[in-house]
Parts: sequence; C-alpha cells; structure tokens
Amino acid sequence: MRQISYAQAGSEALAEELRRDPKTLVLSTDAAPALVEEFGDQRIRATPIAEGAVTGMAIGAAGCGYRPIVNWRIVTFSFVAMDQIVNQASKIHYMFGGQAKFPLVFRATVGGGGKLAAQHSQSPYSMFMNLAGLKIILPSTPYDMKGLMKSAIRDDNPVISFESSRLMGFKGDVPEEEYTLPIGKADVKREGSDITIVAIAWLVHEALAAAETLAKEGVSVEVVDPRSLFPLDAETIRTSVRKTGRLLIADEAGPTAGASAEIAALAAEDANTFACLKAPIKRVCALQVPIPYSPVLEDHVFPDRDKIAAGVRAVLR
Amino acid sequence: MVPLRDKAEQAVHHIVGKSGHYLGNMRMQPSPNNQIEMLRQMQTIRRFEERASNDFHAGDIYGVVHCYIGEEAVAVGVCSALKRDDRIISTHRGHGHCIAKGADLNRMMAELYGRETGYCKGKGGSMHIADFSIGMLGANGIVAGGIPIVTGAGLAAQLDGNGGVAVSFFGDGASNAGPFHESINIAAKWKLPMLYVCENNLHSANTPASKTLALEDVAARAAGYGIPGVIVDGNDVMAVHDAATIAVARARAGEGPTLIECKTYRQRGHTERLEAYEHRTYEEIESWKEKDPITRFANNLIQREGQLSETDWKQMDDEILEAIQASVDFAKASPFPKPESAVDDIFA
Repeated sequence: MRQISYAQAGSEALAEELRRDPKTLVLSTDAAPALVEEFGDQRIRATPIAEGAVTGMAIGAAGCGYRPIVNWRIVTFSFVAMDQIVNQASKIHYMFGGQAKFPLVFRATVGGGGKLAAQHSQSPYSMFMNLAGLKIILPSTPYDMKGLMKSAIRDDNPVISFESSRLMGFKGDVPEEEYTLPIGKADVKREGSDITIVAIAWLVHEALAAAETLAKEGVSVEVVDPRSLFPLDAETIRTSVRKTGRLLIADEAGPTAGASAEIAALAAEDANTFACLKAPIKRVCALQVPIPYSPVLEDHVFPDRDKIAAGVRAVLR
Repeated sequence: MVPLRDKAEQAVHHIVGKSGHYLGNMRMQPSPNNQIEMLRQMQTIRRFEERASNDFHAGDIYGVVHCYIGEEAVAVGVCSALKRDDRIISTHRGHGHCIAKGADLNRMMAELYGRETGYCKGKGGSMHIADFSIGMLGANGIVAGGIPIVTGAGLAAQLDGNGGVAVSFFGDGASNAGPFHESINIAAKWKLPMLYVCENNLHSANTPASKTLALEDVAARAAGYGIPGVIVDGNDVMAVHDAATIAVARARAGEGPTLIECKTYRQRGHTERLEAYEHRTYEEIESWKEKDPITRFANNLIQREGQLSETDWKQMDDEILEAIQASVDFAKASPFPKPESAVDDIFA
C-alpha cells in the first residue's frame, strides 16, 4: 500500500471533501496555494489574523448552509477565539432548540517537541472536552487522520480536529480508495494481555515502542488509541481493561483534569471494570507546567517511551 | 442629551465616513399601508415588552428580561427595508428584532415562559430566541458575540450570489469590543453585503456611553474601515428606514457594508432585574420619553399625514393587546418540557 504523511493525509481528506461538496469552504490565515488554484479564492479564503471574528463567521456561514473548515493552525490561536468557541459554537445548536445545524471543522495542532516554548506548545484538549456540544478528534496515524477528517467535514456538528505537531511528517499506509472512519470509535493498535495502555496521538507510537521493549521482558501490552476524545469510546477502553486487569494512560498533556483523568474515571467508575483491576491505575503525562524552551527542560517535562515502560513496570511490580 | 439629539436630527444621512461615500438624502418612504404596518410592529414590540416585564415581576418569566422599550424605531425601521430571506442577528435585548423580522408571538412568549412550544423548546429563554426560518439568527447573550456570526451570514449571502444581505444589530457597548472591529474590517475588505446597525442608546449596560466611547459618534469609526458611516435619529422610524433602504441597496449591489448609528434611548433599566440600580437621572429618562418613537410616529401619521384616525390607532392597540394576551394564554396552556429533554439537541 502507498505511504503518505500525517500532514498529507489531512490535506488529501480536505481536498477530497472540497471536491465532493461545493458547500465546503476553508478559512485560514494562510491559504494553501494548491487549494486556491483548484477551488478558487472564494472558497479558499485567506483571512486577517483575527481568529475570533473568523471563527464566528464560520459559525454564521454554517448556520446558513455552508460547511466551513477553519484552520486555527496552532491551538494557541484558538484561545483568541474562545468566546466564539465556548459561548457560541458549542452551545448554539442546543440553545436554539436544535432548529439549525452548524457543520463546522476547526483544525489546530497540539503538542510539543518543537522547542517553541510555552505559548506554542500546548495540549489543552481537555478544556474543550469539558464543553458539551463539540466533537473532538485526535488521530495518531495518517490512516486515522484521513478517515476521521473526512467524517469531521461531513458531520453536522462542530468538530475540533486536533492534530499532533510531532506527527506531521510521520508516514503510514493510506489506501487510494475512498474511506471514512467513525468519530467516537477507539482503535486497538496492539493486542496484549497483561496491561492496557491508553495512549493519545504521538504517545500511541511511544507506547508501541515501549510495548516492544516490554515484550522482551515477557510483558504483553495492549495499546488502545481513543482517536476521538469526544465522544470517548468508553466501551472499547473498558473491554480492554477488563481483559488485562491493568491500566496505564499516556498523554502529552498535563494530568490535572485532563483527558487522562477522564479515561481513568470511566474505567474506575464502571463496576465490572473496577472489579477486574489488579493494580491501581497509573498515568504517565507531561508535568503540570507551561512547556519550557530549552531542550533539556522540554525533554524533562514530556513523557516518552522510557517513562511509559517504567510506568508499566511499576504497575506490574 | 438634548443637544446630542439635535445633532442627530441635523445629521440624518450625513456621512461621517470616507469622503465620496455620500449616500444621498432622498426620502424613500414606504406606502401608507406599510407605514401603518410599521407602527403596528412598533406598538406590538412595546406591548410585548410591557407584558414581558410585568410577567417577569410576577414570577412567570424566569432569569432575566432586557426590554427594548424606546428603541422600537430601530428594529422596525431596518427590518422594514429587508426581505424575508435576508438575515439578522440580535443582542441580549432581542425581542424587538424578532418581532420586526416576523417572529411568532406565541412561540416567543412560550419561550419566555420556558415551555416546550417555545422557539427553543425552553432551552434558550429571553436572551436566545431565534427563528432561522425567517432569517432571525438569534438573540445573543454576549455583547459583540453575534457580530462575527452574522458577518458569516453575510459571507454566505455573498457566496449564494442571490443578492441577500445580513444585518448586525448591536449597541454602543459592542462597538468598543474587538469582534466589532475585526468583523467590519473583514466585511469591508471582502465587500460583504452587510449592515452594521448600532443602537446607540447612550448606555453600555449600567455605564454611560460617554464614559466608554472614545468618540461621541460610533459612526465615525466607519472611516477607519473605508466604509460609509451614517448617523440617524434612532427615534425616527422613517429616518432609520431610509438609511437602511439605501444601505441595503448598496449591499445588494455588491458595494459592501455600511455602518448606521441610530441615536436612541433605552427607557427602562439595563435589565428588569436591576430596577433598584439606576444611575440615570429622572430628568434624563423623562426627556427621552417625550421623544418616544411610537408616540411621535403615531402622531405624525394622525396629524400630519392624515393616514390614521385616533379611532384606528386605539383599535390597533386593542388588537395588539389581544394578540399579546393570546400569546400569554398560549404560553400558559403549553406544557413545560420533559425534564429528560435537557439532554436532547446537544448534537444534530
């Protein structure tokens, strides 16, 4: 099968959906020349650097029958648009009694590793998970990226596509033929029997690397990738934990009120899953700090394969 | 306050924006029948608000109510220049815009009463009434929050290419906020078919606009974006209608947005909850009641135009009161939503 990068998979999904549905349009502070050439500057709009207004305009256009895709680029810039995200996009369908649809996609990279310091290295997806009314995807492979992005564009609700900045150049199998993936369905990336690692985005790959190391030590690791953070596929996660009896959660975000906390809670609060636990749940997350610049500091803050492997050994001890 | 209003009267159709953007001063008066319909809408808003205030204080309407009393000429003057398919967005003080765009009084009142038959099935209340079927994209509880959204409706209208326009209603307070400036910049640059209608009621919630606006005239801000800025007497429905008609024609012709500042006055407090906190003087409020837009328009039609008799006017008011009472009866007869419906409609 052909291999393309995570970034290419996102671009390919976008172009295919732009071809498929004339009501789609893209609003971004950078207009990709290839898209402008194919779809014109009416549908591919370069906007002022005014994320609040642009996000609001997408909401309005969505309520009037269009399917806007807004590229915030880095999640950092979404904070400029928080009123439109929190007070408007997430609530507008509900608040008006469901009388109009708001098919929207917001794209934003998350994560660190780029030595970009605190404002440009963030993984704040749990802030958005806390709002009712937004769907959230966070793929870990080119295959998942393409399938989920296409579903996000076709979805009749606001969907935030968080995309791992560390994975942009990561290549993987993506079929030539058309496919979509359901939002809200986790994927078991590796089967195992001793412990479940629920890992998010880049940490899926670090968890798979840790699993290889641990296999040599006789430990069988199952790696579950939620792929969507809202809806979160509780059933697949619980099923895995009931099988292995142990749960470690790996997240590039800090632990406090994070996606990792939500995943731990949905495993622990389910009686059948709780009854199967042989050890306390463990989280391997970033330290709860603004992300620092210097490589020595940044590496210290983030989890990686070694920290995951150490975490697994601690759970099994 | 009086000098300001005198200034506004003199400034009807005066262009504050970029030179060369003179809109003209022609009077595009609607036909007599339409003028009477405009008066009916204004009085319907007035009676609806009086009833909403009354029933709020009686405990039948919950949360908060922001009355539009005194500003009726703006919503009616603008919406009478629009087509049904044109789109508007409103503010926390949104009942008047709903009625002027043609919303159903029964479903509005039922929403205020928190009933299942309300526009939002009881999920929105006073600050969130919307009717997308008539182009009313919703009242909005965040000052300036609706401006970008309706600018997106303007983008949709431009992409549709059917000559539709979108109208943003907002107050003097919103004109100090970022979304106003960001949105107008984009609309001007992209020549979106927009009207930005500032209801300058001289107060940003409970603070006088004179303490928050860097300039006296919001319309002057249009100059910064190279679009026409127009000041009209917001208590003169015909002046508002004329300015809106010209701006709508301009928008439909692809010439871009216009900022219309309507100098008006909020006769009641910021909300019905805050009656005890009133920073304005009795004299100020009374002076503006003397310039009441409905009394003025009705008297004009009766005395100067001879289009309406005193008896007609009284009969019209009786009919309106009946319609308002019917909306309350409808609301009271409607069931509350099922509690478990609180989890419906989070997603489409």
